[in-house]
Amino acid sequence: MKRRSLFLNITAGFGFLFLYAPIIALIIYSFNKSKLVTVWGGWSLKWYSELFNNEQIINAALLSLKIAFISATLAVVLGTMAGFVLSRFGPFRGKMILSGWITAPLVMPEVITGLSLLLLFVAMEGMFGWPAGRGTGTIIIAHTTFCMAYVAVIVQARLSSMDETLEEAAMDLGAKPSSLFFLVTLPLIAPAIISGWLLSFTLSLDDLVIASFVSGPGNSTLPMVIFSKVRLGVTPEVNALATIMIAIVAIGVIAAMYQMRRQARMLAKPQ
Amino acid sequence: MSTTSRLPWINESSSLMTKYNFMRRINWGRFSVVGVPMLWLGIFFFVPFLVVFKISLAETAIAVPPYTSLFEMDWEEAYINIKLNLGNYLYLFEDAFYLDAYLSSIKIAAVSTFFTLLVAFPIAYMIARADGPKRGLLLALVILPFWTSFLLRVYAWMGFLKKNGIVNEFLLSMGIIDQPLTLLQTDFAVYIGIVYTYLPFMVLPLYSALEKLDMTLLEAAEDLGCRPFQSFFLITLPLAIPGVVAGCLLVFIPAVGEFVIPALLGGSDTLMIGRVLWDEFFLNRDWPMASAVAIVMLVVLVLPIMLIRNGQGKEEAI
Repeated sequence: MKRRSLFLNITAGFGFLFLYAPIIALIIYSFNKSKLVTVWGGWSLKWYSELFNNEQIINAALLSLKIAFISATLAVVLGTMAGFVLSRFGPFRGKMILSGWITAPLVMPEVITGLSLLLLFVAMEGMFGWPAGRGTGTIIIAHTTFCMAYVAVIVQARLSSMDETLEEAAMDLGAKPSSLFFLVTLPLIAPAIISGWLLSFTLSLDDLVIASFVSGPGNSTLPMVIFSKVRLGVTPEVNALATIMIAIVAIGVIAAMYQMRRQARMLAKPQ
Repeated sequence: MSTTSRLPWINESSSLMTKYNFMRRINWGRFSVVGVPMLWLGIFFFVPFLVVFKISLAETAIAVPPYTSLFEMDWEEAYINIKLNLGNYLYLFEDAFYLDAYLSSIKIAAVSTFFTLLVAFPIAYMIARADGPKRGLLLALVILPFWTSFLLRVYAWMGFLKKNGIVNEFLLSMGIIDQPLTLLQTDFAVYIGIVYTYLPFMVLPLYSALEKLDMTLLEAAEDLGCRPFQSFFLITLPLAIPGVVAGCLLVFIPAVGEFVIPALLGGSDTLMIGRVLWDEFFLNRDWPMASAVAIVMLVVLVLPIMLIRNGQGKEEAI
């Protein structure tokens, strides 16, 4: 058994090294003074100050945050409705279609989703004059559409793993359907909704392909700006940007873990 | 879900049994709760495919938008002229370039999925065997990169693999090679990129399958004289098959249509269908051809997967 554990630990260790080596190298080189990536010119925050003076990147980042915030919120509302309908409404006409439409965006290649939405927007503009031109609005619609599928799947999974006794008790005590949903069901599925929102926010913030198809001139999101910079080669400013984003995510994940562990401990205490 | 449930939104039988008059309002509520997400997905997910199909039958034109219309209507003369152009599809099958692109996407995705499995298995196995807090930490370490930008993770490999990049410098300084290797802009770099970015999608389903593995089975096998590698192939692997299948699908499907990884890490000769579609659209501005590529991709790649998944869902339901 021992020898096998050693082999396992070594291969798994290589796996983790593979996972983290590029990220760590990226972080270290974001503090490199020299512009040449492989030449170490000493520690410096030069690329960070250049990053914050780069108006194009800052504007794109602000636009991306705005789009991600709005689409994640819309996706949570629509996705929760869809997930709720699929797991709590029993059989109804069109259920197969809805569940197909919910799972399909998850396996759809991004290039197809992007192209099809763009062609739809162009056709709609020709027919109804809406949406007039493409930009922030069309990106939000596109992101909401593919993010709501993720939210629906998460909410559906949470609802079907949860028993209905609490909801039935509330019904017996005379709760109206709307207060039943908002006072009982919603708080119970809140963790699923929060993780759905966070996932949608991240996916929207990260999306390059779909946004490139449906955005208009002058509406470059952060991934689009990064992609056009990076295509030509490695740029130290992007290293700095990546480091900041990794730091934010790491802090978020650690905080979430800490919170979960504290909750688990609080639940465990009374026993 | 049980059909005997008494929740108001579940089934019609409950609304027949109770005579509260707010039931009427529930049905309205019920209708709109079903209707809103369906309407949204209908307009922004389903109808777009009809539009793509329509435009794949059009011809390119120097116009805004750059394609011809299929219908010409003239109400005064009272005729509708329908013109369907199958040329895009014929071209797609005649020109070996597109067939090569489809095949090479499948090949690249399949090879990378296999290597993702190889890298992911020990990680998943180690996490499944770790205890308590250590397990949580290792899981978080696997999930953490998944929450960071996909684009930036691909970009990180550019700095790693380029001619004067870290891998080459390391190998040169160790004296293993005397000439820097061309690693970036090759198929090899694309494999690495896919394995790297999709690793969490493989580790998580594998972990949930391996976590359920009963360790006493392995002990029993060992007591009966089974060698470790035998018990791995005879016990661990067969029991992990559901996780392997789920993980492979989660990696293979998005990898086939991948655009960012071949565009940043691949060479000009790395053919992948997602990239072909992108170039057809953004460089050649041939919208009908891009649509035809998308429709064929949908029929050949996405539909079979949807059907398989659907079949699996039914099996699970039984």
